[in-house]
Amino acid sequence: MPAEPPIEVPVRLSEAYSLLAGGPLVPIAGGTDIMVRITGELGPVPERMLDLSRLDELEGISLEDGSLALGARTTYTELRRSTLCREHAPALVEAAATIGAAQIQNRGTLGGNIANASPAGDTLPVLLAMDADIEVGGHRGERRVPAAGFFPGYRQTALAPDELILRIRIPLAAGRVTRFRKVGTRRAQAISKVVMAVSWRAHGPSAGWSDVRVALGSVAATPIRAAAAEAALEGARPSPETADAAAEALADELTPIDDVRSTGDYRRMVAARILHRIVRDAGGW
Amino acid sequence: MTAIRFLVNGSPVEVDVPGMRRLLDVLREDLGLTGTKEGCGEGECGACSVLLDGQVVDSCLVPMSQVDGRIVRTVEGLALAARERGTLDTLQEAFLELGAAQCGICTPGMLMAARAYLDAGGGPDHDAIREGIAGNLCRCTGYQKIVEAIAAVAAGDVA
Ligand SMILES: Cc1cc2nc3c(=O)[nH]c(=O)nc-3n(C[C@H](O)[C@H](O)[C@H](O)COP(=O)(O)OP(=O)(O)OC[C@H]3O[C@@H](n4cnc5c(N)ncnc54)[C@H](O)[C@@H]3O)c2cc1C
Ligand code: FES
Ligand code: FES
Repeated sequence: MPAEPPIEVPVRLSEAYSLLAGGPLVPIAGGTDIMVRITGELGPVPERMLDLSRLDELEGISLEDGSLALGARTTYTELRRSTLCREHAPALVEAAATIGAAQIQNRGTLGGNIANASPAGDTLPVLLAMDADIEVGGHRGERRVPAAGFFPGYRQTALAPDELILRIRIPLAAGRVTRFRKVGTRRAQAISKVVMAVSWRAHGPSAGWSDVRVALGSVAATPIRAAAAEAALEGARPSPETADAAAEALADELTPIDDVRSTGDYRRMVAARILHRIVRDAGGW
Repeated sequence: MTAIRFLVNGSPVEVDVPGMRRLLDVLREDLGLTGTKEGCGEGECGACSVLLDGQVVDSCLVPMSQVDGRIVRTVEGLALAARERGTLDTLQEAFLELGAAQCGICTPGMLMAARAYLDAGGGPDHDAIREGIAGNLCRCTGYQKIVEAIAAVAAGDVA
């Protein structure tokens, strides 16, 4: 039988904050990552748990102050069904649709994907590409951290041990387009070999791109932005020359590793090709 | 230990178990509902699929603290409504008729994922059905007959 560590079940956020202030607790939202750890096969079993499932404060999808605000407990199924998300963050909806299958999408949460901080977390490149802010809180107060600065190292986050992720804010930006691509072994239930989100603003199909973001997962120890590829695209129009330059820049700047899911060479080649194709599709050639 | 109350297949139950015990273990060990199977124990295979408030979930990934006050449906509950007529659920009938079960280890989970798919208004389109059962692995059938059985129910071809 798996371990059954004690679990606290607060019904208010303030109660959760006090519990966290009293000593280390491992939060559980949908459990799709953490429940696997209670078998003890993947390392140490958490000693005490904190159930977030009764905290209404972490729920809900709304438009607030020019951003799309998503509660940390938003599940992938909720994301896929939300008209607000489909309208303002279609790339995030696409990412949600590739995660696990129905069983995982009904339980897995956006906050869990972020806190788990896997380099292969599929929503993370989308959050980076869309300049999302992660709102976190604890007994000392609440603060916002840009997604691009949330993952300091392999499986590390900007969260203090006594803090929770509360919500994710994605600023709305006029004329912004975001594209998402994931390459895995099969369509469902596959961890990414390469996952990418690209975002830009353009005023008309022949206009130059601005605010370009190229974000990737599964190619480094953390989700990353690709600065050289972004520079190759910034201010440029989506021409064949631009696509070649951006793909080459991306291939040059990535240094992915070989692991059980893929090789570094394959990842670099596929990433460059995905970016090339996104630019080509945008240019319509 | 805490008293956790919920509905299983329409009947109220109360169990006194640790909040982190897996729903799968409570169903099988504490309640003797062994229709729900354990394959991988890590969310990959879907053998442990049950409905939680109508949504299909892997019961190996659900802690009991999150089941308090909720509605659980297992494969044992599938035939409950049909039992008065002395029959099985139409999905079970279709699986039998169309050869959608071989060794049977995946079948309870497959049936529950298919039930959730149909209850959500899913139709006979094979690609949509394959997406609906993508979280359920089967080592025997090659899936084709399973997909056909679900499609037959969706199309109303099974009485
Ligand atoms: C079969 C299977 C397939 C999967 N496929 C994919 C996939 O394709 N792509 C992908 O990206 N992931 C995948 N995952 C991983 C997982 O489903 C996701 O990472 C999911 O988003 C985790 O969310 P959760 O709510 O279930 O997290 P939990 O397991 O509840 O928690 C995960 C971690 O986050 C912490 N945490 C959760 N919520 C908060 C919060 N609000 N504040 C602070 N800390 C918090 C927990 O303490 C824990 O460390 C898969 C998992 C399984 C089992
Ligand atoms: S036993 Fe739960 S998914 Fe395999
Ligand atoms: S019938 Fe044997 S695993 Fe599906």
